[in-house]
Amino acid sequence: MSLSSRAGFVVAVFTLLALYPLVSGSFGIDLVTKTMIYAILALSLELLVGSTGLVCFGQAAFFGIGAYGAVLLAGQGDAASALWLLPACVAAAALYALAVGALSLRTRGVYFIMVTLAFAQMAYYVVHDTPLGGGTDGIYLNQAPQLAGLDLGRPLVMYGVTLVLLAAVFVFLALLLRSRFGRALAGIRVNEQRMRATGFSTYPYKLAAFTLSGGIAGLGGFLFAVKDGFVNPELMSWHLSGALLVMIILGGLGHLRGALIGAFAFALLQELFKSEAVWGPLARHWNLGLGLTIIATVALLPRGLVGLPQQWRDALLGRAPRGSAETAP
Amino acid sequence: MDITTFLIQLLNALQYGLLLFLVASGLTLIFGIMGVINLAHGSFYMIGAYMAFALAPPVAATFGGGFFATLLVGVLLAVVLGYVLEWVFFSYLYPREHLQQVLMTYGLILVFEELRSILVGDDVHGVKPPEWLAGTLPLGDVMTYPVYRLFISAVCLALALGMWFVFARTRLGMMIRAGANNREMVQSLGIDIQFLYRVVFAAGMAIAVLAGMVAAPVSSVYPGMGNQVLIVCFVVVVIGGIGSVRGALLAALLIGAVDTFGKVLLPQAAGVLVYVLMALILLWKPDGLFRA
Repeated sequence: MSLSSRAGFVVAVFTLLALYPLVSGSFGIDLVTKTMIYAILALSLELLVGSTGLVCFGQAAFFGIGAYGAVLLAGQGDAASALWLLPACVAAAALYALAVGALSLRTRGVYFIMVTLAFAQMAYYVVHDTPLGGGTDGIYLNQAPQLAGLDLGRPLVMYGVTLVLLAAVFVFLALLLRSRFGRALAGIRVNEQRMRATGFSTYPYKLAAFTLSGGIAGLGGFLFAVKDGFVNPELMSWHLSGALLVMIILGGLGHLRGALIGAFAFALLQELFKSEAVWGPLARHWNLGLGLTIIATVALLPRGLVGLPQQWRDALLGRAPRGSAETAP
Repeated sequence: MDITTFLIQLLNALQYGLLLFLVASGLTLIFGIMGVINLAHGSFYMIGAYMAFALAPPVAATFGGGFFATLLVGVLLAVVLGYVLEWVFFSYLYPREHLQQVLMTYGLILVFEELRSILVGDDVHGVKPPEWLAGTLPLGDVMTYPVYRLFISAVCLALALGMWFVFARTRLGMMIRAGANNREMVQSLGIDIQFLYRVVFAAGMAIAVLAGMVAAPVSSVYPGMGNQVLIVCFVVVVIGGIGSVRGALLAALLIGAVDTFGKVLLPQAAGVLVYVLMALILLWKPDGLFRA
């Protein structure tokens, strides 16, 4: 797709999202708000996996730290102002990402996958085993924060704020990836050795991307905690890290809009497999359908939904698939 | 901590470390030899533990019972299952990127967990050790130590020695090592590498299942038990060096000691200590202790 048609697609998606509350009930509002938060997380992961070629399996930790930060920093008093609470949550998540990144970026490949997962589990056990965050029971947010006189506790306000922040993250990342910094990240993905040979010190670039990604995931965590008014250790469970990876693969690696499409497609699949109308008593075991879909996606859609038209074109014209050349490490 | 308590904890650490080694060795072998990162390996451990729980009654009804009969049936089932899994899923993963391997095996975890939930349910179950292993040994004047934990250590040690023997001393082991070095060359020498991989995968799965089966009486059987083991095994593999069985052994014993003594000396921080250890070792040796 050309630049203008891609931009048109994204603008259309955001317009639809902006119009959605006009036709939806409270269930739909909540579901789409949640999905938009997942889209923010998927975008943060896309910056690492799709743009820089770093497969991070620990994104849930940064998300969870943002969420716990929102509840713990807001305290038990009056409604806090989101103007300082939100940046504080982002900073907390980014700081943890800086520490984890500094260590785990010393490794590469499969090591990096395992190490990021292990550090995320470490954060999980900290909130799970210590009284700091209410242990396994989690804690409630006393009062939803205020943003310039708007009460974030109201679902429609929350929907609007989430939509604006999702759009902001998308535009920010789109501009970032077109900057010199973004080009350097793409260079690292394609061939890190060559980047070093041309005089780039790649480690600081990767660390900056990792920290930034952690901060954006923390933003998602803040939104999630305010939306639900409740946090528990399951937010940091590694199933979320896995699900986010599935989203960006499902959508199509290497494209920001792939993360958007993936998050919404994943939410639709989840709702489909959870539907009792379709599956009857088996709906309780919706993870089975999800697992099989993940396997099928990896096997049949290596380029994700974004690459589907191209894949069909190749198949029709009998061309050899162009493989995953654009996403190869 | 007096000397008897110390001894008991040391034996516990050894038992936990050896058990971790059994599971982690399969993970590191499958990665080292076939280049596949297998998240579903923890599920194999879970499957083993549930086999120990679910197979005992039917085995007792058919063969008149016996602990070893149950173990044998479980291992045979695991070999068959491993062979089929490699054939249907994993053989397609060898040329793929790590990310795709991670995702497909993550999907397999979800499938295994749900199948477990459908077949056996979500309850926590206890498994009784066989009667002739249910006793305790006196240690010092008042303390005792369960015989079954010593039995676990013995089984793990025997398996570790057996694995070493197969790899270092037999023709099969030689072919496997050669296959890990250069797949195409081994194939062109007329050895069926596809079959060889299938055997290694089935063996890795059988070892993890066996570990789950012998661990079941001590750990009990509960949903999600595989994931817990999997992540600790990742730490073991990262510390030991991917693909190195020797490194996995050392790292597993180290983790066993840190975790067991951590729970006694620093109960608040016990969950985190293992990861702190990993961070320290990464600072010192980013490729693990033994790079294969």
